[in-house]
Amino acid sequence: MAKIVRNINGILMAVLFASVFLISAAQAKTQTFTVVWSIYAGWMPWDYAGHSKILDKWAQKYGIKIELKKMDYIPSVEAYVAKKADACVMTNMEALDMPAASGISTSAIIMGDFSNGNDALLTRNNIGIKDLKGKDISLVELSVSHYLLVRALEMNGLKENDVRIVNTSDADIAPAFIANKKQEAVVTWNPLVMEIMQQPGIKNVMNSSSIPGEILDVMAVRTEVLQKHPELGKALAGAWYEVMATMSKRGAEADKAMEIMAQAAGCSLTEYKAQLKTTAMYYKAKDAADFTGGSEIKEKMNYVRNFCFSHGLLGENARSVDEVGIQYPDGSVQGDKKNIQLIFDSRFMVMAAEGKLE
Amino acid sequence: MISVFKINARPGRFACFVLPWVLFVVCFLLYTRASFVRHQENPRDKLVPTVTQLIDGVKRSAFEEDRKGDLRLWVDSWASTKRFFIALIIISLGILIGLNMGAFPYLELFFYRFFLFFDKVPALALLPILFITFGLGEVSKVALIVIGVMPTIVLDTFLRAKEFPRELNIKAMTLGASHFEILYRVILPNIFPKVLDTLRLNLKAVVLFLIAGESLAATAGLGYRIFVVRRYLAMDIIIPYVIWISLLAFSADFLLRYWIRHKYQWLNK
Repeated sequence: MAKIVRNINGILMAVLFASVFLISAAQAKTQTFTVVWSIYAGWMPWDYAGHSKILDKWAQKYGIKIELKKMDYIPSVEAYVAKKADACVMTNMEALDMPAASGISTSAIIMGDFSNGNDALLTRNNIGIKDLKGKDISLVELSVSHYLLVRALEMNGLKENDVRIVNTSDADIAPAFIANKKQEAVVTWNPLVMEIMQQPGIKNVMNSSSIPGEILDVMAVRTEVLQKHPELGKALAGAWYEVMATMSKRGAEADKAMEIMAQAAGCSLTEYKAQLKTTAMYYKAKDAADFTGGSEIKEKMNYVRNFCFSHGLLGENARSVDEVGIQYPDGSVQGDKKNIQLIFDSRFMVMAAEGKLE
Repeated sequence: MISVFKINARPGRFACFVLPWVLFVVCFLLYTRASFVRHQENPRDKLVPTVTQLIDGVKRSAFEEDRKGDLRLWVDSWASTKRFFIALIIISLGILIGLNMGAFPYLELFFYRFFLFFDKVPALALLPILFITFGLGEVSKVALIVIGVMPTIVLDTFLRAKEFPRELNIKAMTLGASHFEILYRVILPNIFPKVLDTLRLNLKAVVLFLIAGESLAATAGLGYRIFVVRRYLAMDIIIPYVIWISLLAFSADFLLRYWIRHKYQWLNK
């Protein structure tokens, strides 16, 4: 009896210590990198890069392994922040308010596209933006939809407090809005925008094409990982621009690639092409590098970081919008120079543009 | 040490006082340890906030106005508690349905199979349908809880009413009780504390459905807040909210237990 008791105690202690150890143990670094992505028109090329083994080819070239994992959007960014992934596709806004604000220094190495109509404010009963005063508006709170709404209201002399925001999950926002005629306004993104617009009597009163270059979709890599393994950046950029080249070719080859992307996104090729129309893809590495290295992006990021700060997204204790530093390719820094957490890094795009990755 | 594993052990006063808290303390220590390690590595870590940060989070949610001018913890608690109680009242009607089903064979035929099937329907999967039929307002959230929990209460009451000793019914009849008197003055009072117990054990499901509903569409509520602040990884808000929700559910459970113990003292005799 005493022996059994001692054994049980031993096991209990072992379990206890093991759990303490597991929680505190740092993750072992291997040469395999995990890249997480989620479904969005501008990110489907990543799925194709994996599917067509283009990504494997580039990884092999640089002597690493890249594992591509599909997740839901917010969980994917959470996994990235928790360091369970080395790279993740996200918008500039989440890059700033999720990893960067929690001290996970993040490098945006590929400027994939900007939303050029993919996010939209839709109304029924012919309501304009100025009529929104006092109305309920469904959207995913604190997302780019929220940002778009605030910009739309600002441009029309209204304040956020003039409307009532109903936080609605993106899983239900479209069917609920379509079925519920009492709901008069909704802000969401594609493909949901397309789905809602197919209903009669819906008006697209404002969309992201009125604020071009503000909602950016980037490939974000943890700076710490990138510093140790720049080959990850090279492999990702190489694979990405190979896919971009295929997509921007016209004809059967591009269609075949896009067909695969459409399938993975759960829509038809025609629908996918329609979504790409409202997505301003940077098919050429040079364009992407030029935009990232230009001065316009700083002005756009300034809107975004101010939105983030005023909505508490930089942390509720953040004292000023400058608390998180954002660095640009020309070396200039927006915000705190001692706390640079978001870096727009155009190195790999430049290499791709100059053909140095071949 | 060995006496720990005696089924007839009589724990001393010290053990009675200390043992119930041991696991709480262990959890707390593990947490602070993990948070310490993470903050050494990254002082701005938000995923496992330190205890000071958590206290600050509580202060900010409970005593400081947010940017909408609300003391959000109280606004959220009020919104959620209201939904909780409205749902609970509607669910309690299930007790009457179950009682009648158990007593009247025709009602049993009419309801039993339906509820048995309905009980197995995963309510969460019905959410889109609920939102489409009831909109994004309060009705759909309460409906979700009711659909999720009421069949269990109906079926449990039914089974208890069914197993109620027939002799007692006959005895009541010979004393001249009407059918309805038997139902409400003999069967119901006898099975009521047990049914309350089932209700109590289902509080967890109620809370679960409440949070699920709120996370999908709301302007206030405990579940709503958790899912919104998740957008900026404010674990310093989320963890206190989770503890607060557990405490509220625990208090509801405690009150029901207290009611059962004091109102139905005969139960344990």
